[in-house]
Amino acid sequence: MAEKMATRQAYGKALVEIGAENKNLVVMDADLSKSTMTNDFSKAYPERFFNMGIAEQNMYAAATGIALSGKVVCASTFAMFAAGRSFEIIRNSIGYTHANVKICATHAGITVGEDGASHQTFEDIALMRTIPGMTVVNPSDGVSATKLLKQVIDMEGPAYVRLGRAAVPMCYEESDEIVLGKGNMVKDGTDLTIIATGIMVNEALIAAEELAKDGISARVIDMHTIKPIDREIIVKAAKETGKIVTAEEHSVVGGLGSAVAEVVTAECPVKVAMVGQKDTFGESGKPDELKAKYGMTAADIIQAAKSL
Amino acid sequence: MDLKFLEKTAADVRVGIVKAVGAAGSGHPGGSLSAADIVTYLYFNEMNIDPENPEMKGRDKFILSKGHAGPVQYVALALRGYFPKEDVLTLRKLGSKFQGHPALGKVPGIEMSTGSLGQGFSVAGGMAMANKLDNDPGRIYVLLGDGELEEGIVWEAAMSAAHYKLDNLTAIVDLNGLQIDGNTADVMNVAPVAEKFAAFGWNVVEINGHCFEEINYAFTKAKECKGQPTVIVAKTVKGKGVSFMENNAGWHGKAPNAEEVETAVKELGGEF
Repeated sequence: MAEKMATRQAYGKALVEIGAENKNLVVMDADLSKSTMTNDFSKAYPERFFNMGIAEQNMYAAATGIALSGKVVCASTFAMFAAGRSFEIIRNSIGYTHANVKICATHAGITVGEDGASHQTFEDIALMRTIPGMTVVNPSDGVSATKLLKQVIDMEGPAYVRLGRAAVPMCYEESDEIVLGKGNMVKDGTDLTIIATGIMVNEALIAAEELAKDGISARVIDMHTIKPIDREIIVKAAKETGKIVTAEEHSVVGGLGSAVAEVVTAECPVKVAMVGQKDTFGESGKPDELKAKYGMTAADIIQAAKSL
Repeated sequence: MDLKFLEKTAADVRVGIVKAVGAAGSGHPGGSLSAADIVTYLYFNEMNIDPENPEMKGRDKFILSKGHAGPVQYVALALRGYFPKEDVLTLRKLGSKFQGHPALGKVPGIEMSTGSLGQGFSVAGGMAMANKLDNDPGRIYVLLGDGELEEGIVWEAAMSAAHYKLDNLTAIVDLNGLQIDGNTADVMNVAPVAEKFAAFGWNVVEINGHCFEEINYAFTKAKECKGQPTVIVAKTVKGKGVSFMENNAGWHGKAPNAEEVETAVKELGGEF
């Protein structure tokens, strides 16, 4: 786990690889191509890249028109301006027509860091998973980002792919199998289950190691696909370990925690403690400082686990 | 262009609008009637389409960005042979394919779900971009209301269509001067419309939207223009053809009762 990479970097690289084979792939950006990493694609295939300027709503509606003409479109900007600013366009143009648009949103969550609260998105998973037919994916590292992106591009219909700004440790090896829609048990355990998504998977693995020192055996699941959620793996975890901690770099309102709670309350009620942004705005700071201040670290997962 | 045929067809379209909205008991007759001549022209004299093969490759596409005028599109499609006329009279009823605002995948000939204003225009721009990329000869036509121009996305889309030189895109503004709360000039002044589009880099043609000679002229100019998208700013009358609806904002979103339908049909002199 020595190597670090931001999921947005993996995204940029993967787009170029996929674009070589898939001539049907079109990429769009809204004046952030150097940050979202779509600029590599723009250089490799300029005829299939459209910079739409600082006009995200038009980008997502135009992406719909391109997709309805038979293309698959990856349209990128920061999560705030994708899921946030463009929500109603994504709902009515992309969602309602089930257009083949992949909303690849970068700079999600608190780890945007110094840019501060205006750019720190904690609402995107909640917003996107309310749209019927929308697939919602939040990869934990570079390996899974690449593997999931390929599957998202191959599937028919809209998807939201949540990517981060900061470099994060690799949770996976190239040889690991990662299947869209299937939660991944990255560590087995018997006393409780930590269901994590995105960069919190790595924090969950650290927390599980620490908990083991106290004699607590924690199972860790990478829930990279939040919609459609893997009900089976959640119910199995609830039945076998009896307690669940969810961990996400997102608001505890409406995100992974809520999605997990929706499953367990219906199928196997157990206690669920949620680690995430606690219904508040962020602020400027270094990503690690912010994760600590706003309660999204391994230590917070450990505390939540012990509270159950 | 067969003027008599187009005038007769437009009268039939208007009768269909009044009957469909009347049968539904709700809907938007005013803005459907103002657009009736333009939409009739598009479906019966302009577009390369095939009702037998609605998904034909290389076809022209029409997007009704002012989706609340759905009845004008449904009725025109029915008269053009996409589906039986009677079907349209299920408009807005539970289980009907004819949704209150056009929905993709339910009715053949509908190219985009619209209703939330401004988005259809932007989607049309995307379709024009895709056709350029594929060297697809199909032209994209999109109809907007003048009140709709108040949406910010319209101007984002206007900017990008000019930037990408989408000369395969033709927008038509149904400039009837009214929106739900009153005159556009009073609610939120969108004027000067032609100058705004010109400033955004569009080829602009201003016409009377109820005169087929002028409509014909405008679409000819649009096809001749290279390197720029064209907007046809069509001065129209809201509720056109029905005396008690003309220039009356109250008929934006109100259905006529049975008696009013009868009076309107008589005035219009068409059949549906």
